[in-house]
Amino acid sequence: MDRFVFLTLDGLSRGAVYAAFALALVLIWRAARVVNFAQGAMAVAAAYVAYSVSAATGSYWLGFLAALAAGLLLGAVVDRVVMRHVDHASPLNPVIVALGLVLLIQAVLGMVYGSEFRPAPAPFSRSALTVGGLALLSPYDLFVFATVGVVVGALAWVFARTAVGLRMRAAAFAPEVSRLLGVNVGGMLTLGWALASSVGALAAMLVIPTELGLHPHAMDLVFVSAFTAAVVGGLDSPPGAVVGGLVVGLLLSYVSGYAGSDLTPLAVLVLLLAVLLVRPGGLFATVAARRV
Amino acid sequence: MSAGDDGLLVVRDLVAGYGAAPVLHAVDLTVPAGTIAAVVGANGAGKTTLLRTLSGMLRPSAGRILLDGEDLGGTPVEQLVRRGMAHVPEGRGVIGELTVDENLRLGGLWRRDRADAGRALDEVYQLFEPLARRRRHHGHQLSGGERQMLALGRALIGRPRLLLLDEPSLGLAPRVVARTMALLRQLRDDTGLTVLLVEQNVRSALGIADQGVVMSLGRVVTTRPAAELRDDADLRHAYLGF
Repeated sequence: MDRFVFLTLDGLSRGAVYAAFALALVLIWRAARVVNFAQGAMAVAAAYVAYSVSAATGSYWLGFLAALAAGLLLGAVVDRVVMRHVDHASPLNPVIVALGLVLLIQAVLGMVYGSEFRPAPAPFSRSALTVGGLALLSPYDLFVFATVGVVVGALAWVFARTAVGLRMRAAAFAPEVSRLLGVNVGGMLTLGWALASSVGALAAMLVIPTELGLHPHAMDLVFVSAFTAAVVGGLDSPPGAVVGGLVVGLLLSYVSGYAGSDLTPLAVLVLLLAVLLVRPGGLFATVAARRV
Repeated sequence: MSAGDDGLLVVRDLVAGYGAAPVLHAVDLTVPAGTIAAVVGANGAGKTTLLRTLSGMLRPSAGRILLDGEDLGGTPVEQLVRRGMAHVPEGRGVIGELTVDENLRLGGLWRRDRADAGRALDEVYQLFEPLARRRRHHGHQLSGGERQMLALGRALIGRPRLLLLDEPSLGLAPRVVARTMALLRQLRDDTGLTVLLVEQNVRSALGIADQGVVMSLGRVVTTRPAAELRDDADLRHAYLGF
């Protein structure tokens, strides 16, 4: 029972990160109808910016903020310089271009920083607090929950309650009509990319300290899990991404804890396949199944 | 018609289309301020293409579009609403995923004068009482008539000088069509709104229009006072085939 509680809490903590990363995928999917396969590499690039800023200033938090800012900028640049010019007639085109971006970003990071693991410190202790002999959450886990909670809440508020959120939703649902109503659809698209990329950078900052460290490929497996989470929830549904993230986090934690960590990549793929076979639109889908 | 360029909307020698072959061939049109012009003609006459070109969604390959004397050439679509042009597209463009209230507010987001945008929203709710009762409903939950109200109301929140309407009667019950046409006439008379209306429903459109513009195969074949087209059986037969 103790083990189950521990695995559940640990799974939720990882799941929160997957939720944030899946949310970033959903934001771009909704705005641009592109599954951003480059999101892992982009997030790692932002994390390297944090690494450099923290090394130069000695402050984790300055690095943390720098990663979020770098994410915003990188998302906007990827949209304006690359994705805007891709012919979306075939849904495969942006996917191929995104995969090309992955190679490019990882190669550049390798050249600049080398491909060894860099230490990525956590800002709070990662040792679990024990209550009555039961290992529960660590202060870092609480930080992860709080951060993801604030980001999800803030995004929900922006989209539901603000004028810019209304413009972004309208531009995503009906670009042509939105332009007729005076909405700068191109600008909203860039803003969507920037926001999503920043959320992705945040997820990288949260998850990398819990793994081996910073490395150009540090987010590859996280991307697979988060992509699965987004598909489980339905690529069109932000609440679905959050629920999907938590589900995938729990699943991986249970599989790793009860069956061995070797099986976790397999478990993710089985879940992905099962959802695609049984409910290809995702559990929270409201529209027809996607083609990618 | 040909001499005066004194209309709110003046179109001269407009050529536009998709790809190489033009759909519109040298279209000329003058719509005086405070009047309703009905563009009628068979399917494929280029009526929708004309509206899409006027609102900038389609770039003309030649010709000029003047709104109140200002050349609109090259103005981005999203700027046209700021020049006083509102386009309710074919199928009405209600965003089904947004609520009635969100759809309406979207129509006024571009406006600097926030107070007046708020007043315009209240006016639309007064004008279209059923919308006020369904503020929180999503666009896809509305009936055809309610969508029509929503699309019109959303355009009116921008307080346009020129309203472009593409097939407002499409898919609506005759009673609802009559109500819509009466409303357009009321808006013209009360607020001086100028309307360019594209319609398959020739009788309804000519019933409220000041001017009838008959298009065929991408050309304006005649422009007449609407009453003349409506009442003269020979003209009607020659140009409209009934």
